[in-house]
Amino acid sequence: MTATPSTPSPVLPATPPPATPPPGRPPTPAAPGSRAVLQGSDVLRVVDRIAHELLEKTGGGQDVVLMGIPTRGTTLARRLAARMAAFEGATVPTGSLDVTLYRDDLRLKRPRALEPTAVPSGGVDGRLVVLVDDVLFSGRTVRAALDALADLGRPRAVQLAVLVDRGHRELPIRADYVGKNIPTSLGESVHVLLQEVDGRDAVLLGAAGEQR
Amino acid sequence: MRTATRGPATPPAATRSPSGGDPAAAGTATPGTAAPDTPAQDTATRDTASAGAGNADGTDPRPMGRHLLSAADLSLDEATLVLDTAEELARVSQAATVKKLPTLRGRTVVNLFFEDSTRTRTSFELAAKRLSADVINFSAKGSSVSKGETLKDTALTLEAMGSDAVVCRHSWSGAPANLARWVRGSVVNAGDGTHEHPTQALLDAYTMRQRLGRVEGLKVTIVGDVLHSRVARSNVLLLHTLGADVTLVAPPTLLPVGVGAWPAAVSYDLDAVLPTSDVVMMLRVQRERMGPAGERGTAYFPSAREYARRYGLDVRRAQALPDRAVVMHPGPMVRGMEISPEVADGVRSTIQEQVANGVSVRMAVLYLLLGGAQPAIGSVPSEPGRRGLS
Repeated sequence: MTATPSTPSPVLPATPPPATPPPGRPPTPAAPGSRAVLQGSDVLRVVDRIAHELLEKTGGGQDVVLMGIPTRGTTLARRLAARMAAFEGATVPTGSLDVTLYRDDLRLKRPRALEPTAVPSGGVDGRLVVLVDDVLFSGRTVRAALDALADLGRPRAVQLAVLVDRGHRELPIRADYVGKNIPTSLGESVHVLLQEVDGRDAVLLGAAGEQR
Repeated sequence: MRTATRGPATPPAATRSPSGGDPAAAGTATPGTAAPDTPAQDTATRDTASAGAGNADGTDPRPMGRHLLSAADLSLDEATLVLDTAEELARVSQAATVKKLPTLRGRTVVNLFFEDSTRTRTSFELAAKRLSADVINFSAKGSSVSKGETLKDTALTLEAMGSDAVVCRHSWSGAPANLARWVRGSVVNAGDGTHEHPTQALLDAYTMRQRLGRVEGLKVTIVGDVLHSRVARSNVLLLHTLGADVTLVAPPTLLPVGVGAWPAAVSYDLDAVLPTSDVVMMLRVQRERMGPAGERGTAYFPSAREYARRYGLDVRRAQALPDRAVVMHPGPMVRGMEISPEVADGVRSTIQEQVANGVSVRMAVLYLLLGGAQPAIGSVPSEPGRRGLS
């Protein structure tokens, strides 16, 4: 998504914790009740398609910096960069952007351990930054990421790529690149597993009431 | 969570064993007879702590208002969490063009300093401000304290103004612990008398990890005025938790009576210890605490020159250190007394890094105490026996 100036300044009222915590946290091992929506090569194909779309919409990856949101967003960003390089030889810098300190639900839980932040040597000033995350849910993680990004520099534009969009947005945020739309109920959970982190590729949809 | 993978809820004895190799090492490292009760007490303490830390997602049984009064308030998991958090905060600060995080927006931190301090107070102030907290600096000079107000009344006044945390330095050992019983917010001990200075120990451990890659298994030698040093006490406790082997080197007059019960070895001979030290931490001789006996402070050793000759770190002594060894000093240092200028400014010296790391470590402590619904580290005042050394 593009950070349009008309986006209201992100001063958010304290909200009650959602039924399931926001996405982007390491999932527990897949619960027995969950079912795979995507598996193995399905995930690879989806990643390949996003990489193609990125190349198409950004003129071959010109000026692009992929900033993943830990943990799986960072892994996805690296994969996307590798695929973009394989398809068109584009050299796309990748980084990692921890949003913990910018979250609006900090006051609702115990302080969390921080995840790594790494900015590519070229920085983000004047670049097209594509935020990468595994699951887009309430949009609050992305809002936090926009704030975190603003403290790192001033990108020319910001876009958003996600592997799964599960709906239930609580903020005016949408993704520019979506791997798969998965309609869910609020009680359901969506886990993304990636080879590099979890030992296999899959998107799992868990039964209602399951905690991530 | 990363801490879970690093520090499983194993008893401290098990986590310590890789450093020494032989189980007897801990025993030999602890001269004196009072040794048996210390490790036992430690184990109990540590288990309580990891039980609390284990409930990662908001189901902590402990009430709010946790404090950092002693380095012993931190379990292995908690100490590692502080160091990991400090590392990420340092990285973020380095990468960011705007060196301010919104994390503690709307929180108020009071710096309550009854004793002179530049380094620690500014370090805490900067740490709180980088996290967007409001900071109130309160020093005894020019305040109601000089009109006769007690510590308790001062604390209650600040409490009524709605402070979320009090960073306290006091010349009385135990003053922050008392404070913790009177205020609802978190209390951070920024140095109390000759008792403890836990954030200094954390920044020292952080600096060791940065320079040498680890703390576990390091041989750390702490040299000088151990008797009056809150830095030494906090370091002994924290380094023990983190699995380092600590040796204290000092003239017998500058060692406290109960030192035999500390989880550290004791030596009177600096030259014998240096060749096997990974870290040498020099302490300032605190003459201001030594009273007016004879010529100022000379009751504890014959003369400053003799002290410097036997316990000072000069170029010749520093050459006896292993190649990668580092030299630390908590500051303020007395050049020519405990450390020579050449060593203090040499490549082994981490003195400037220690100051810089202090801000990151204190940011981590404030974030973990104030950043969420409940603190993620520290002790509760109603938990007796969590303090380590007498």
